[in-house]
Amino acid sequence: MRYLPLTHDDRRAMLARIGVSDVDALFRDVPATALAPLSAFDLPDTNGELEVERALTGLAAKNVAAGAAPFFCGAGAYKHHVPSAVDHLIQRSEFLTSYTPYQPEIAQGTLQYLFEFQTQVALLTGMDVANASLYDGSTATAEAVLMAQRITKRGKAILSGGMHPHYAETVETVAGLFGPMTRSAVTPGGAEDIIALIDEETACVVVQSPDVFGLIRNLRPIADAAHARGALLVAVVTEAVSLGLLEPPGAQGADIVAAEGQSIGNGLNFGGPYVGLFATREKYVRQMPGRLCGETVDAQGRRGYVLTLSTREQHIRREKATSNICTNSGLCTLAFTIHLSLLGEEGLARLARLNHAKASALADVLAAVSGVEVLTPAFFNEFTVYLPKPAAAVVDQLAAKGVIAGVPASRLLPHDASVANLLIVAATETNSDEDFAALANALKEVLK
Amino acid sequence: MSMNNQGRPTSAGQAGQAGIATVSGDRGLDHEEALIFELGHGAVGVDMPDVIISDDRLGGMRRKGAVGLPGLSEPEVVRHYVRLSRMNYAIDSGLYPLGSCTMKHNPRLNEKMARLPGFGDLHPLAPQSTTQGALEVIARLMNWLTILTGMPAVAMSPKAGAHGELCGLLAIRAAVEARGESRKRVLVPESAHGTNPATAAFAGFTVDEVPAKPNGHVDAQALKAKLGPDVAAIMLTNPNTCGLFEGEVKEIADAVHAAGAYFYCDGANFNAIAGKVRPGDLGVDAMHINLHKTFSTPHGGGGPGAGPVVLSERLASYAPIPLLVADGKGLRLIEDRAAVPDGARPFGRMCAFHGQMGMFVRALTYMLSHGRDGVRQASEDAVLSANYILASLKDVMSAPFGDGPCMHEALFDDHFLDGTGVTTLDFAKAMIDEGYHPMTMYFPLVVHGAMLIEPTESESKESLDRFIHVLRTLALEARVGETGRFAGAPRLAPRRRLDETAAARKPVLRFRPDPLKEAAE
Repeated sequence: MRYLPLTHDDRRAMLARIGVSDVDALFRDVPATALAPLSAFDLPDTNGELEVERALTGLAAKNVAAGAAPFFCGAGAYKHHVPSAVDHLIQRSEFLTSYTPYQPEIAQGTLQYLFEFQTQVALLTGMDVANASLYDGSTATAEAVLMAQRITKRGKAILSGGMHPHYAETVETVAGLFGPMTRSAVTPGGAEDIIALIDEETACVVVQSPDVFGLIRNLRPIADAAHARGALLVAVVTEAVSLGLLEPPGAQGADIVAAEGQSIGNGLNFGGPYVGLFATREKYVRQMPGRLCGETVDAQGRRGYVLTLSTREQHIRREKATSNICTNSGLCTLAFTIHLSLLGEEGLARLARLNHAKASALADVLAAVSGVEVLTPAFFNEFTVYLPKPAAAVVDQLAAKGVIAGVPASRLLPHDASVANLLIVAATETNSDEDFAALANALKEVLK
Repeated sequence: MSMNNQGRPTSAGQAGQAGIATVSGDRGLDHEEALIFELGHGAVGVDMPDVIISDDRLGGMRRKGAVGLPGLSEPEVVRHYVRLSRMNYAIDSGLYPLGSCTMKHNPRLNEKMARLPGFGDLHPLAPQSTTQGALEVIARLMNWLTILTGMPAVAMSPKAGAHGELCGLLAIRAAVEARGESRKRVLVPESAHGTNPATAAFAGFTVDEVPAKPNGHVDAQALKAKLGPDVAAIMLTNPNTCGLFEGEVKEIADAVHAAGAYFYCDGANFNAIAGKVRPGDLGVDAMHINLHKTFSTPHGGGGPGAGPVVLSERLASYAPIPLLVADGKGLRLIEDRAAVPDGARPFGRMCAFHGQMGMFVRALTYMLSHGRDGVRQASEDAVLSANYILASLKDVMSAPFGDGPCMHEALFDDHFLDGTGVTTLDFAKAMIDEGYHPMTMYFPLVVHGAMLIEPTESESKESLDRFIHVLRTLALEARVGETGRFAGAPRLAPRRRLDETAAARKPVLRFRPDPLKEAAE
């Protein structure tokens, strides 16, 4: 087996040093009836690299990659062009095959990029501080609600109907153990009356912008109303590139920002691994979940970085920790940080404008298709259209024609009949005018 | 200093390491590197059209101020991160004996497969007719995991080990509630990973600690005595964090089940027994599997991981959405709690989408490469290598449970350093100067000054022998009072010891431009 360096002779010599005759003597604490023979495992035997590569390539070929078709899916995961340097750099052995930086003297590479990442996330979101990442946007949102419950010592959370339903379900599963979770009504493309739901028991209001239908929301009035009742505003962002063009949540009164960082530096990967961004105000720093990297000096006075405030964390505080998280999204944060460093101020602004321009062009193209109505008045790179037929069936028919048209709202909200005909459509810098024409033409045929 | 016959020095001599102050501040291949924010100068590292847009469709929410990001070209960014990478220790560059963390070789075929466009460039909400290959990867991985563990079901979506623990405890919570019971207590051995008690609290339980016996095993009698009608579960790591197999596991499982509770097994150490022992045969009800440990998906400086949870018949119906089912048309994800098959009662959802697909591809690639025989051999080699280290060091270091064999990690305490003035921390830091990453220190908590060494199956005998030689020499030096190399170590790393107290007292968690310097510019 090519990954195992020990030879039979090595094993014999090592067993002799240990003083046992065979390896099973080392498993003597295992009850004899629990030692299973190899034949108990109905699985294949060792394979060469060539055979394995063939098998996996065959499976991959059964999928339609986003880059292989006119493609318009978003709803929490976005296809962007990732510069080649990003993937090359994150595959350097020293990044790829290192552990959490528990020994800072020989992990300054990881620690410094985490410090850069934290700074980038704080800047993008307009917040004071950010952590070194959580698993993804949805789990970051759940952690944000738990943190708001700790800070306010209240249980109730109000979840915007415009929040990605998977996020809402994730929050309800975890934070719902500690208080009631109320979802406001779903109002695709329109205003929602979330402020009326805030009361004196409310720990936080959770609002996504742009929301799952693509609508850009003004968080300021919601923040003010929440603060007036002693509640916090948790702002959710699922498309991080939007922060290059839109007013950041920190400038709109958000207390905690939970965001998905996939669209900067990370591929679609069928849903994971992604990278959860988590930022808050300075005063809440000791209530944050997850790892934090901080600046310090070494014994010779040289600047360096360490993991810090670990008394919040499970390996020190155990059942009193702010979260149970251990492994986070290290390598995905690195991809995020490198991509954002390549973009820089000007590149991010250009990328964000380009995305909005593409989506605007697509909206105009689709609005011209008979029976199609664009519902979202203000959007970044994603919007919702009304179709004269149920969207799920249309998406399937278009997929058969080689066009991946978007996400039918019914896939996310299967019990809400009012969204059955709605299609959530995203366009990014990767889409061309030919893609737009292909979608419009295919739609015309299907809707005939 | 030794010289060859042309007078050229052949060894570094005294001047080689500490003495010279360089003009640049860099030292040969060791470069100091500023923060990216200190390097930017308005360049752009990505070319794309610069379009002008109107504000008509932005709802009045266009960003008013700049973000504050630095601007660099591609070569500058590449050099910056390459230089940072060189300040890291990595399994690819040396033995990485972090106990409990399983730093094994990460095959590059796994990376290549995960980047095939059919996996890496696949949207999680693309029509399911266009994602059948991805669903087949998940199905095959589920098959491997259920067969290797002897468990009937597996929940795939948890994103790391601790997330898997949460998934398992939420399934247990749902099962308890479905019986109309209220059980609030979870028993956790004091040797457990910190994630165990943290997870129990996260899932709304109270934590009750179970002591360890002097031999490093959980005190089964004390555990049984704590069982009662308010106990929902025990969380037991097996092999445990002392590197020992809990031989009484079946009796414990029986007692737990008789008391109406569930047996959660922390599967962090499954890599010691994969292909040899099926947790399902031990009475386990739920166990997470760290794909980034046992099945070699890279640790990546702290993630991403993946933590699928195998479930017994008693818990299988509570698995969270999404569920994967096969029907006449192929494989299908069920993402709607109301549309699950008869009998399924999912407790909720762990995260958006369907889990760590990128890790699934890597883990399946690893499994197909190893095969069942290779997985079994890897477990045996990991256990053999740890025992080889234990047998080779126990006369000079102190093994608290030294007489019996260990599993995949060898545990030492700091007894051998008594009276030397050298601490576990000093000893570990001295290893850095020798070119090694230290072992896990001060964990598990049940042993004083713990040093937990996990060599994994990825080291050759020559590599193990060299490592043993270094540790023996260090231990002997400490014991005879030659302690100069310990205090203040490391000396040969990119940084000396860092002031963690100062970092926590006044946290600096982000870069901020120096206002005086900004004003001057």
